[in-house]
Amino acid sequence: MSRDERAEKMPERRRFLIGVVKGIGAAAVGGLVWNGFLDGKKAYPFVLRPPGAVTEEKFLAKCTKCGICVEACPYKALILARPGDERPVGTPYFAMRENPCRMCKDIPCAAACPTGALDLSLVSGKDEQGRTKPDINLARIGLAVIDRETCVAYWGIQCDACYRSCPVMDKAIKVEYLRNERTGKHALLAPIVHSEHCTGCGMCERACVTEKASIFVLPRHIAMGESSARYIKGWDSSDEQRMGELPEETKTITPRSQKNPLDYLNQGGF
Amino acid sequence: MRDMRKYKYMVLRRSSQVSLLFLFIAGNILGWNALRGNLSASIILGKIPLTDPFALLQIFATGNMISAEALEGALIVTVLFGLVCGRAFCSWVCPLNMVTDLANRLREKMKLDAENRNPFLSRKARYWVIGISLVLSFATGVAAFEWISPISMFHRGVIFGMGVGWTAVLAIFLFDLLIARNGFCGHLCPLGGFYSLITRFSLVRVRHYKEKCTQCMKCTDICPERQALPMVGKTSSMVVSGECTNCARCIEVCDDDAMRFGIRYVS
Repeated sequence: MSRDERAEKMPERRRFLIGVVKGIGAAAVGGLVWNGFLDGKKAYPFVLRPPGAVTEEKFLAKCTKCGICVEACPYKALILARPGDERPVGTPYFAMRENPCRMCKDIPCAAACPTGALDLSLVSGKDEQGRTKPDINLARIGLAVIDRETCVAYWGIQCDACYRSCPVMDKAIKVEYLRNERTGKHALLAPIVHSEHCTGCGMCERACVTEKASIFVLPRHIAMGESSARYIKGWDSSDEQRMGELPEETKTITPRSQKNPLDYLNQGGF
Repeated sequence: MRDMRKYKYMVLRRSSQVSLLFLFIAGNILGWNALRGNLSASIILGKIPLTDPFALLQIFATGNMISAEALEGALIVTVLFGLVCGRAFCSWVCPLNMVTDLANRLREKMKLDAENRNPFLSRKARYWVIGISLVLSFATGVAAFEWISPISMFHRGVIFGMGVGWTAVLAIFLFDLLIARNGFCGHLCPLGGFYSLITRFSLVRVRHYKEKCTQCMKCTDICPERQALPMVGKTSSMVVSGECTNCARCIEVCDDDAMRFGIRYVS
């Protein structure tokens, strides 16, 4: 019996089952490849999102890549990631050195988002009458970070380009007078970023005079550490409430800690 | 005149596709308000929202809720195509249709279909792709098809900048040209599959008149979803399959006036 004849004699049910198995196999292979591709595309942490963006994980899920925020930006500062941009494709981002956020008062990008990937309520506060209204100073696009090794102000050369360009002037970036140890008789006018006021708009990054900006905006989760509740500023009474965040059970079990501390001392362990 | 009529729907379809694309581009570049956004989500005249219902379904699969505005937009699209126009999105709106039509036209000219038309792909593959899209959306937390969709990539690219997205479009073109006839739109595309599923009961349909039919079968030859035309020469009836895209090529090609648009449940 030839191969074709055998195939023809195959019962209908068997043929159906083989079809199903083949389908599942193809789907599994395709799905795995596809899954790998998605995992790779998600792994771009250096993305500066528009004001009002929800957390990056939620943002990636909720953004439909429609570009309405990009069209809403009056300065055309937002870019819709093109394939090859090394950003999750189709999602909006800023390139601060080229075109930073101008911090519009009405936040048109966040207001325009149809899906809630940009949430205007996250960048809204109360005015004097208690009405909710957009407040761009609440935006946390990222955080400006200074490279003191290339910043000419830290060399002792007078430059306050970033300070002058900052829309949250004298709050987000302050200039501190430091002693210039090299000359022993001059001051350094050192710019210092304050994270509680910096919106990450990027105006400083664009204004910076060095070849590659010495002040640049990074996503906050990359630029910032996180303090532990085990360390409290004892001199700041408002900081003490963080002690409540300590877990009840704080004991770390190690081979040494399992023993009674007295035994440890008596055995001459130190 | 007769010749002109042969291309009536083709001209209308291309006008529809090109003018929609133009309005989207004008929305971004000239700031026109007619259509803002792209096919994933858009706003008409700053008032009426439209959302891709399949994209929304994937977002739901990731476990995220979405704004009422986007839901409303998806409802409008679902009602428009699902109850009225049928799967017309694919042949009247989708910009990739122009690319795959060109591929299929060349394929015909080059006589690549002499023997076996669809050697390995099943027409049902698209429904599997829908399933995988939803499972992957759930597993990865991002709308899986939206991240690889060559339709979105092409449409977004034309409006907002293409990057290397043209490679995806080229890939689809070559796939349809060299590997399978109507390979993408008629077999793989989950968006088309999704519209097939929701447009089973839509009103606008092609109707076949058996008494006029001379059984030349030009219609089934040209049809990109020929399984939707099982009644040709056999019974007078509506095309009931959701897989019909209402592209009207069968109407144009018929010399006997045996195909016409009609309204289901009425004519």
